[in-house]
Amino acid sequence: QKVSVEVLDHLEHLALVDFRDSEGVERLQKAIQFADQLHDVNTDGVEPMDSVLEDRCLYLREDDVTEGNCTKELLENAREKVEEYFVAPPGNIPLPKLEERETFLQGS
Amino acid sequence: AMLRASLRQVSAALKEGRVTPTELCQRCLALIRSTKFLNAYITIAEETALKQAEESEERYKKGQPLGILDGIPIAVKDNFNTAGIETTCASNMLKGYISPYNATVVQKLLDHGAVLLGKTNLDEFAMGSGSTDGVFGPVRNPWSYSKQYKEKSVPKSHSEDEESGWVITGGSSGGSAAAVSSFTCFAALGSDTGGSTRNPAAHCGVVGLKPTYGLISRHGLIPLVNSMDVPGILTRCVDDAAVLLGSLAGHDPKDSTTIQDDFKPFELPNLTDVSKLSIGIPKEYHAPGLSSEILALWSKAADLFKNAGAKVVEVSLPHTRYSIVCYHVLCTAEVASNMARFDGLEYGHRSDMKDSTESMYAATRREGFNDVVRGRILSGNYFLLKQNYEKYFVKAQKVRRLIANDFVKVFRSGVDVLLTPTTLSDAAPYTEFIQEDNRTRSAQDDILTQAANMAGLPAINVPTALSERGLPVGLQFIGRSFQEKQLLTVAKWFEKQVQFPVIQLEVVKRHDNGVFQHQKSASFS
Repeated sequence: QKVSVEVLDHLEHLALVDFRDSEGVERLQKAIQFADQLHDVNTDGVEPMDSVLEDRCLYLREDDVTEGNCTKELLENAREKVEEYFVAPPGNIPLPKLEERETFLQGS
Repeated sequence: AMLRASLRQVSAALKEGRVTPTELCQRCLALIRSTKFLNAYITIAEETALKQAEESEERYKKGQPLGILDGIPIAVKDNFNTAGIETTCASNMLKGYISPYNATVVQKLLDHGAVLLGKTNLDEFAMGSGSTDGVFGPVRNPWSYSKQYKEKSVPKSHSEDEESGWVITGGSSGGSAAAVSSFTCFAALGSDTGGSTRNPAAHCGVVGLKPTYGLISRHGLIPLVNSMDVPGILTRCVDDAAVLLGSLAGHDPKDSTTIQDDFKPFELPNLTDVSKLSIGIPKEYHAPGLSSEILALWSKAADLFKNAGAKVVEVSLPHTRYSIVCYHVLCTAEVASNMARFDGLEYGHRSDMKDSTESMYAATRREGFNDVVRGRILSGNYFLLKQNYEKYFVKAQKVRRLIANDFVKVFRSGVDVLLTPTTLSDAAPYTEFIQEDNRTRSAQDDILTQAANMAGLPAINVPTALSERGLPVGLQFIGRSFQEKQLLTVAKWFEKQVQFPVIQLEVVKRHDNGVFQHQKSASFS
């Protein structure tokens, strides 16, 4: 079962990383093939396991402010900033569709 | 032989004034410079290390050392945040990223007076089993340059031999393992998600401890798989690992997945009577591809326990062969989520693309991540698609429970500790290793280690013997949840029986003038 171009395109949109070349797509195909072995296991009546610590309660601390005031440190590593803001390019502009994007998938 | 001493030995020397922290630090830094060809370190924090050493020296002068770790040079894998020091995860995505804070485990080490020499090399974002896939290049196994390996290798042309014959460290904490193995530090931090501390420990002939999930804080460890990651400990002997564990374990309010039980640091007893011990040998760990050499060593180890009076039983962990598949799905799914934070906006690499937020994110991630990372993100997203969620992700979570239950059943039946191989074979030459892709290699190499991560159990690699090629082979002990004391006690007993040989590195001898003590007793192999 080969993954369709629509799904590959959808994945590139969701992940915001690219397949780059046929090797990248092959890699996914092989990963799916590998994962399909899971279906050999009988899991009837088995509950999914989120965490090995499921029998314990997670620690919740009191809702008190104990640290903060580190704006300067947090801004240090950002490349584009203005005063105390991180600066992003304009939002609400969707990624170009497959036909208009520069992607390896275009040729598929 | 100061550099080749154990952590506890050198700590005693510091206390007695036989060596000073600054002298020790200088020697380690010099050895790091001389072993640059190993590529074990990404960043050497020379200035801060010397400053820490000076402060330690002041404390020793006043007779007020902070504890065993005061003045001890250590190294930290480059996926732990270290304040003021670059943290790269061996990726272009974080080149130039200076952490604004210390990971809890790093802070604890510093609070105990340890001297942080530098950050060690790894596979990019800890994804891999060779320490070959980072942007700073591969790490070389110090044993490639050992007398023991050179004696056994078929000489080609002299120059070709040194350059192309070197073997990998294993991974992903290869830099940390190499750093400890080559005596440039007395302990190092690694991380372990699928075997990333134990695998390179086995290949580099050092002790690699994966603690129980929830025992040591992950705060500041750049996450790969939140439900499986743990900080790992690499040392040259089991007692040293216990020392590190003692200073690192315990509840951290900043990591709510650390358990709240009180943790008491312990010293390991010198076990002499193993007759009350029950050792389990899981038959499924006789995995396809296991070298006959390692199989023989495993068998010999089992006999060692039997002859010493322990109860040795064959046990079954029936879902073992599905654990690597299960791990693959859960790992890529969590990776897809964890890597989403890297978008260029707040830290790390940022693309020049300005058209839109999304296109900037996409370009940043295209430029910042290598093939392996991108591949896992895409696979993970595939398994998390609505149409696949039940079929793959939830299914894998169910299989995870079956795997965890296998261990519960075995431990409930009276077994104290499991004994298994750590790796399928000794370290491969780099040229051979890179012929298969990262995912295939990881799937092969993690097979014996990652079930412990799935079940959250503590596990440790103990160097056992040298292979026919003169390279280290280790065996793995897996213990019950939070029973590190029992696990390490058994490991220490085993370590004493096998007397694993000390690596003979010419470059180290030159730096470590003093009496070099040969391990006299018959080696295990």
